[in-house]
Amino acid sequence: MQRHTLWRRRGTLVLVVLCLLLTGCSSALLDPKGQIGVEQRSLILTSFGLMLIVVIPVIAMTLLFGWRYRRSNSVAKYLPDWAHSNVIEAVVWIVPCAIIAVLALLTWQTSHSLDPHKSIESDTASMEIQVVALDWKWLFIYPEQGIASVNELAFPVDTPVRFRVSSGSVMNAFFIPHLGSQIYAMAGMDNDVHLIADEVGVYPGRSTNYSGAGFSGMTFDARVTTPAEFDEWVASVRASGETLTYPDSYSDLAKPSEYHPVEYFSAVSPELYESILTSFHTGGVGHGGHGGHSEVMGDVHDSHGESGELESASATHHQAAFGHVTNQHASEDRAMNGHPTSVEAGG
Amino acid sequence: MFGKLTLESIPYHEPIIMIVAAFMAIGGAALLGALTYYRKWGWLWNEWFTSVDHKKLGIMYFVVALVMLLRGFADAIMMRTQLAMAAGGAAGYLPPEHYDQIFTAHGVIMIFFVAMPMVIGLMNLVVPLQIGARDVAFPFLNNLSFWLFAVSAILVNISLVVGEFAKTGWLAYAPLSGIEFSPGVGVDYWIWALQISGIGTTLTGINFFVTILKMRTKGMTMFRMPIFTWTSLCANVLIIASFPILTATIALLTLDRYFGMHFFTNDFGGNMMMYVNLIWAWGHPEVYILILPAFGVFSEVIATFARKRLFGYKTMVWATVAITLLSFIVWLHHFFTMGAGANVNAFFGIMTMIIAIPTGVKVFNWLFTMFRGSLELTSPVLWTLGFIITFTLGGMTGVMLAVPAANFVLHNSLFVIAHFHNVIIGGVVFGMMAGLTYWFPKAFGFTLSEKWGKRSFWCWFIGFYVAFMPLYVLSFFGAVRRMQSYSNPEWQPWMILAWVGAVIIMLGIACTIIQFWVSIRDRKQNADVTGDPWDGRTLEWSTSSPAPFYNFARLPEVGDIDSFWSQKQRSNEQLSEAPYTDIHMPRNTVAGPVISLFALVLGFALVWHIWWLAAVGALGVIVSFLARVFNDDIDYYVPAAEVARIEREHQQRKTTLTADDTERQQQDYVEARA
Amino acid sequence: MATNTLHHGATADAHEHHDASGTKVFGFWVYLMSDLVIFGSLFATYAVLMKGTAGGPTAADIFELPFVLVETFLLLVSSFTFGMGVLAMNADRINQVKAWLAITFVLGAAFVGMEIYEFQHLIHQGYGPDRSAFLSSFFTLVGTHGLHVTFGLIWILVMLVQLSTKGLNDMTRPRILCLSLFWHFLDIVWICVFSFVYLMGVL
Repeated sequence: MQRHTLWRRRGTLVLVVLCLLLTGCSSALLDPKGQIGVEQRSLILTSFGLMLIVVIPVIAMTLLFGWRYRRSNSVAKYLPDWAHSNVIEAVVWIVPCAIIAVLALLTWQTSHSLDPHKSIESDTASMEIQVVALDWKWLFIYPEQGIASVNELAFPVDTPVRFRVSSGSVMNAFFIPHLGSQIYAMAGMDNDVHLIADEVGVYPGRSTNYSGAGFSGMTFDARVTTPAEFDEWVASVRASGETLTYPDSYSDLAKPSEYHPVEYFSAVSPELYESILTSFHTGGVGHGGHGGHSEVMGDVHDSHGESGELESASATHHQAAFGHVTNQHASEDRAMNGHPTSVEAGG
Repeated sequence: MFGKLTLESIPYHEPIIMIVAAFMAIGGAALLGALTYYRKWGWLWNEWFTSVDHKKLGIMYFVVALVMLLRGFADAIMMRTQLAMAAGGAAGYLPPEHYDQIFTAHGVIMIFFVAMPMVIGLMNLVVPLQIGARDVAFPFLNNLSFWLFAVSAILVNISLVVGEFAKTGWLAYAPLSGIEFSPGVGVDYWIWALQISGIGTTLTGINFFVTILKMRTKGMTMFRMPIFTWTSLCANVLIIASFPILTATIALLTLDRYFGMHFFTNDFGGNMMMYVNLIWAWGHPEVYILILPAFGVFSEVIATFARKRLFGYKTMVWATVAITLLSFIVWLHHFFTMGAGANVNAFFGIMTMIIAIPTGVKVFNWLFTMFRGSLELTSPVLWTLGFIITFTLGGMTGVMLAVPAANFVLHNSLFVIAHFHNVIIGGVVFGMMAGLTYWFPKAFGFTLSEKWGKRSFWCWFIGFYVAFMPLYVLSFFGAVRRMQSYSNPEWQPWMILAWVGAVIIMLGIACTIIQFWVSIRDRKQNADVTGDPWDGRTLEWSTSSPAPFYNFARLPEVGDIDSFWSQKQRSNEQLSEAPYTDIHMPRNTVAGPVISLFALVLGFALVWHIWWLAAVGALGVIVSFLARVFNDDIDYYVPAAEVARIEREHQQRKTTLTADDTERQQQDYVEARA
Repeated sequence: MATNTLHHGATADAHEHHDASGTKVFGFWVYLMSDLVIFGSLFATYAVLMKGTAGGPTAADIFELPFVLVETFLLLVSSFTFGMGVLAMNADRINQVKAWLAITFVLGAAFVGMEIYEFQHLIHQGYGPDRSAFLSSFFTLVGTHGLHVTFGLIWILVMLVQLSTKGLNDMTRPRILCLSLFWHFLDIVWICVFSFVYLMGVL
């Protein structure tokens, strides 16, 4: 019976490891298609390996001690009052400390090298795509091309892309598993993530942060193309003839819809992304029921002078906000203030 | 007149809900009918509902928790079934409307109405006995805490048939939970259920903190306290420091929803990131509130059944204290992907990993307690061994999640789901099952069936791996949490495997129910007349089973860690020998249930915006509380003669158990365990 | 529990006493610490949102320091009068205790009255708590303190009744001690509100 137990447990473990290895070839995270994803895979595997240094002995000792010191085993030593050993204490503190020290170093390095806000060094010039999460679809705006698409994303291979990510609704997260890092999309916040693809292909992308009824359908295809194919794609978008103007046709698009089909917009309002961002900073735009306060808003607007200041002030309050919230414990105050968040100001 | 409440609010056109509601109604009616038929209402009211006895409150916490476990597990199996079906464009049988409520309810119920009451119930049952106290510091508040929790559980269940529950995920992230995006009553049910039970929990935290600091028996210094008491103390410190944050956060969300304020709204200067920060500033300590007492259970179980002193007692204590402190400076690891800077992320990642050090040390201490021990492989020990293996794996995936750069691809995926079930099932559930089996005889006077206990363990253990290992695998494919359907058909086999795991876990729950049935049926054979069925080490085993309502006829004195054990080694002298003195005890209270009932009325009325009823509820709470304040008749003395009579009966039961009986019982016991 | 009941005097062993005075006051002190966490959360919220005026008024636009100074003065004096009440209790002078509590009540009620006036005035001007995140957090932080003071006032009334019916005994003494802790605690919180919200808002 007991031996049986032992094998069953060990069997489970082997099975788990095997599963992970076997599925490696077809899984998004273990078969990444971009530099960021590749580094993250090796980081996951390294930390996994480091942890195994403790995990395997612990599991082995559990089974061994449980079996060896069972009550029916009269051969094993029994010392009812033995409860302290400096050597063992030292080992059980030092080994985890050492492993965590290594991991902490790794964490520090990779937190900086894989910082989503950090631009990727490359010979190719980088491009910018603006991403807006809506209920329940993704709007991709190409400021350099002056076009936009819904639920389909395309960009050339080997080109670093800076995705500026925001939301026109609730919180979402923008994620293309094959390429690496995800980032939250939040209304009024200008977040960003830098990604690059090393291989041509179509990679599924989606929102990972639950956002309501249509969340499951909030997926898109990321088409990584050759530069020539990308130009073709841009041309096909331009051929659509639809325009996305702010605020009119944008607010139509922003209305909740599920499993929204792919849509192309040959032209968009200038500064569309910025308009969406700042619409949340003053309050009241497109949000009925608060009209009575408009004169008050006007007053303050005047007293502050130029209109741009209001926007940037509101945006920086978000920035300050973050620092403060994470600051409830005085001890970390200094640590945080020294490193302002890189969530950037809109406008 | 009825606010937002109309007949339309009852989802009578939803067959699933109506079937569940019918079962609940039939079950409820059967229970109420049986109580009436056997004339048990008076007994229930006088002996249980109004009781301030910490042991009875502990039992009631567990009863509610087990009922809610069934509800929460029903949610789980519905989700797993949906995901096993809804692949490659199939819609499954649960539309998002339902599915979203179910995963929200599952999380809320399992954390607030299963795990928390089990932990608090165990604390109630055990802590005063372990520190040699007659009761907790504030017995009335203890009763009130229980009832505030119980009515919140009722409120959650009402949401099933009247209206809807939140569709926001268990932490109701803003702005999704704001009135603009969740105009229904679901979030309001969430708000009031958590607010009411949260206040009860805070009161419990204060109560047990004071109890442990002020009510320890003579000679029990801090460093002679049993480890379970230590971990409970730390858990209560966490409750006192973190639950008010929850109270405040929910209150702010309430103001947003009810008064149009702008704390967490998208516009008018609101800040949803603040909600996420605040809720996790409570949420992370919360998971340690659950796991620390479970650690305590394992420490007690392993030392008792290895018949050996716990290895490294002081290390264990300091490791617990370290975890307690660290748990407050790691909350940001729940949202590395929010976009904070590299330094902030790295700081919180490293702090999180540091928690792994004291936790790892604890694991080694349990292992070295077994080393050179004499380990009896009872079901509590099996739960403990299963815990060490499972929790270690869960800790490993936790550390992987704590590396921010790795978290950027693992966050919000099924990896997170697998990880926290890995630590919560492997840690808290296994711990509570071990604790339940271990202390059951102290509560009821007979032991639980070992055979069914072990079957339950194997089902849970195997079921856990079958259910959650596939989720780790799926996370590498890019599968995320909270999705109601998915387009990639390659995921389906893994989802079906996970469903099989859930079914195996269901068998485990069935085994536990059978275990109760069989054990109650055979309670005479399994009676624990000595009060010390496991050859225990701590004070709770020095009194009879079930413990008398005054716990100890004479308060014990303590000279060491594991004082009862060393005392047994020295002599057979009994603690409860004459002469006895009068014992001062608190009186039962009707105030607890009455105040809470009005709180329930208040909560329900606020959910539905029935303002007059809310006023009735609020007034009822205030008036019944004032009535309690003006009541002087809150305690009494048990005369020494009465104590002597009860103690004599206990001794008689012990001695009338002839040598033959003892032998036969032990034989039964051995057979049962084989 | 089929035990006989009989009432003992205050002679019982203090160790077995469940609601012994010391334990009660200690427990209340722990409660105050948890309440402090609530206020801490609200202060943090205010700090985060104070710039979230969304085009509405800023702190400097709406705060009137002299008015708030009077409020502060009322509360500070009420803390002093409560302290006198506790001294009177220690000297077993029940009528003085009642008198000091009554004075404290009047001062506290005046404070709450002024706060209600301030809120009402702001709302009347269109600066209600739904105007902006800044105003939401301001009203909530100050209002939560005001609610606590209101609760303290009800408590004072209850104690005045109990002092009249029960006198000074083992039950009422710890309650007055707890109430005094509560009152001083609210005073300290108010000083934080005053300096952090009003003073910094205007400066």
